[in-house]
Amino acid sequence: MKHWIAICQLEDIPQLGARQVVRVQGMPIAIFRARNDQVHALLDRCPHKGGPLSQGIVHGEHVACPLHNWSISLVDGNAKAPDEGCTPVFACKLEGGQVFLDAREVAEKALEFTAPVAGPCRHATAR
Amino acid sequence: MKKPRLVMIGNGMAGVRTLEELFKIAPDHYDVTVFGAEPHPNYNRILLSPVLAGEQTIEQIILNPLPWYTEHGITLHLGKTVTTIDRVRRVVRAADGTEAPYDRLLIATGSTPFIPPVPGKDLDGVIAYRDIADTEAMIDAATQYKHAVVVGGGLLGLEAANGLMLRGMDTSVVHLSSWLMERQLDETAARLLQTSLEERGLKFLMSAQTEALLGDENGRVRAVRFKDGREVPADLVVMAAGIRPATALAESAGLLCQRGIVVTDTLQTVTDPRIWAVGECAAHRGIAYGLVAPLFEQGKVCATHLAEFGIGRYTGSQVSTKLKVTGIDLFSAGDFMGGEGCDDIVLSDPAAGVYKKLVLKDDKLVGACLYGDTVDSSWYFKLIREGRTVNDLRDRLMFGESNIGDVGHEGHNKAAAMADSDEVCGCNGVTKGSICKAIKDKGLFTLEDVRKHTKASASCGSCTGLVEQLIMFTAGGDYSATPKLKAMCGCTDLGHQAVRDAIREQKLLTIAGTQQALGWRTPDGCSSCRPALNYYLISTWPKEARDDPQSRFINERAHANIQKDGTYSVIPRMWGGETTADELRRIADAVDKYKIPTVKVTGGQRIDLLGVKKEDLVNVWKDIGMPSGHAYAKALRTVKTCVGSEWCRMGTQDSTQMGKDLERAMWRMYAPHKVKFAVSGCPRNCAEAGIKDVGIIGVDSGWEMYIAGNGGIKTEVAHFFTKLKTAAEVLEYTGAFCQLYRLEGWYLERTVHYVNRVGLDHVKKRILDDHEGRRALWAELQFALDGEPDPWFEFDKAAVDTRQFIPIQPAPIVLDTTPRTDDNAQELA
Repeated sequence: MKHWIAICQLEDIPQLGARQVVRVQGMPIAIFRARNDQVHALLDRCPHKGGPLSQGIVHGEHVACPLHNWSISLVDGNAKAPDEGCTPVFACKLEGGQVFLDAREVAEKALEFTAPVAGPCRHATAR
Repeated sequence: MKKPRLVMIGNGMAGVRTLEELFKIAPDHYDVTVFGAEPHPNYNRILLSPVLAGEQTIEQIILNPLPWYTEHGITLHLGKTVTTIDRVRRVVRAADGTEAPYDRLLIATGSTPFIPPVPGKDLDGVIAYRDIADTEAMIDAATQYKHAVVVGGGLLGLEAANGLMLRGMDTSVVHLSSWLMERQLDETAARLLQTSLEERGLKFLMSAQTEALLGDENGRVRAVRFKDGREVPADLVVMAAGIRPATALAESAGLLCQRGIVVTDTLQTVTDPRIWAVGECAAHRGIAYGLVAPLFEQGKVCATHLAEFGIGRYTGSQVSTKLKVTGIDLFSAGDFMGGEGCDDIVLSDPAAGVYKKLVLKDDKLVGACLYGDTVDSSWYFKLIREGRTVNDLRDRLMFGESNIGDVGHEGHNKAAAMADSDEVCGCNGVTKGSICKAIKDKGLFTLEDVRKHTKASASCGSCTGLVEQLIMFTAGGDYSATPKLKAMCGCTDLGHQAVRDAIREQKLLTIAGTQQALGWRTPDGCSSCRPALNYYLISTWPKEARDDPQSRFINERAHANIQKDGTYSVIPRMWGGETTADELRRIADAVDKYKIPTVKVTGGQRIDLLGVKKEDLVNVWKDIGMPSGHAYAKALRTVKTCVGSEWCRMGTQDSTQMGKDLERAMWRMYAPHKVKFAVSGCPRNCAEAGIKDVGIIGVDSGWEMYIAGNGGIKTEVAHFFTKLKTAAEVLEYTGAFCQLYRLEGWYLERTVHYVNRVGLDHVKKRILDDHEGRRALWAELQFALDGEPDPWFEFDKAAVDTRQFIPIQPAPIVLDTTPRTDDNAQELA
């Protein structure tokens, strides 16, 4: 059973845009507002190099990753062929102008993914 | 409802490609039946020569294996030759009696070899060179017999001869004309080719007319006799005297045939609206094409009509020729013979085996014939197809674009000479071996396909030439059907220019409105066309069209540059590269306060703060208190200056002030791509003005202006544009050039590519000769920039959605915290 929790108003998400939802544990979730106010939620991480999908251009039922322009399905998280990869999908619904996520998924799903790193810290960890 | 029935006669490359295109756009539209006279599924006929030469196998050249037909629900009749088309009953019938009724019929019967009517043509051992059976017969003959004669020194004949020779036969080529491949090569190139083939062991009998083929007592050919009485021994005779469109079937069905089945621009036959024809059997505007690229273009158009989309017209193709004999580089296209009213530019170095001839007419490149060095063939072919004037390139034309062998692939410019493990694409780390493997395994034909599947040349594009060569070697040619007009993206068939024009002419003001007016195929575009449309709208209709941040790449939406870990970089504007202690102090304080991990001095004389969290951007901007540097935008970036006459003992002009004035006049200027200026105070040019979009160099008597330079992927030295006297003139001319580029450039086209496309002469005409026009352009730019906001401070005016800087924090999850969560806790466990 889903335990829906209210995240924000639909109006808080730009049309053909996204917002980032941070979590206590795990990487953030990207919630998208596609055409005709369809809402979708994915882990905010491109399967390619971990780019933040919430920052991409939303078109049709896809979002273009801002790092290397992979096209990721908002519906099933799959990369558009011939690219291969999948990002976890989160249950998401719109009701009465309010956007909901499933509490259990927010708390527990896809915690194993880590954010990409950049900058001098990379060398520190590599050593 | 029952699906309409589509029957295809012919199972070759053009026909099957048409089906593939059809399945892409209307997968379930038809019940499809295919008749193929050969017992094989569709294969790459172009690669029969490498098979004959022993470089590839039949299995390797199969394009659509049998399961492909099953997957698409195709009823496949292999080895069945259709003998009748009953147009009244709408049924086709094969020789064995198999019948198939149709609602739509696609004829793709290809061509048949032309066998000269000489006595003895029906002897054993006399074959044509057209299909797998012929190839196998030749391979088989090579194991038993010694002497081969190939009749016809054209493309096909030479490939056959080369293959037979490699299989150990003593091979002679008989040619009617006085030089080889006379329809593809001029005499000089043909002689070089002949010499090179002779060195490999082929023999040639030129200007030789075959009189008869002589047989032995068993009815097998034993010799060829010529009109002049000569005789040469032959155990195998390959007839490669040309091909003819296979139209017998169509003619018997009463379809109009004139050098092919006559079709319209939609590939529909002129006789029967239910019947289409594509490929070598079709005559479009009087031409039956025999090369693959045009046939694939036809297939694409035909498919849209079969799918009842009714879009697209085929308007003919320019064709080029490459010989597939390993180790011989040869290319020709267009009107390479020249003649009345043409100029030839020729480079001839017979000792090195290099010959290049370019033919110009009315300042346009109309033909090219290259032997020994074909590295630039695709560039020449592009120029021929585009038909643009090449005046400005004329003195460099012969030396090629050399867009390959530049950086990122160790200076290689000949793909054949590279090892499989050599890196072709330095951006994405793709080796030659993996590209060739993908081409073979996945049946890739076009540059686009290879880019999609391997990423090679998909980033900076500098290795495009190498990849094209690999496609050539591996698949037998680059089949990019590159029509004159390249569509903007998959959402439309219109090119950038057509879209720009429509926006201006129809006064379109919104992205949605443009997409609707121009019949976009997708509901809200894609990540390629939306940013382009947004730019075209705001540059064409300043102060009227509204900027749409959701159609901009993240950098222009967040006004900072996204980094690989999702953080951003901030580069404040430092006018002319000058800064102050106060500014540096504020920057240093911000670095400490927001724990910014890296501070770097850029090549554009500014300071880059890397690793800023998105949540901190607004505060960093505020604390630093400097204007946006637009280092993230397709806009004016930096204006690099040297210290100039204020300090430098060599300086002739105050370059720093000039740079600051230019920057203040033109910052916030969005453009098709990024724009960089530089101003040097003397010809020593310390600001490196020679590789900028606009470079200004101070001389004692004023300023020299250079345009369309580039320091990136391919270093392009800027063209000298004009000499100016005053700083005011520098502003006016620079502004006018920028505005022209803003109005005429295509999105993501740097000034160098824009100027290459329209020609330097055009730019000179608009800016240097047309004084009124220049002033008007400068005024237009000033109008567009007047009151433009600084996006780091004027959020409303710059349409910056500040919500993006605040991540949503959901309320603490009830499941974990409230006492009533026993049930839920179990659920969680």
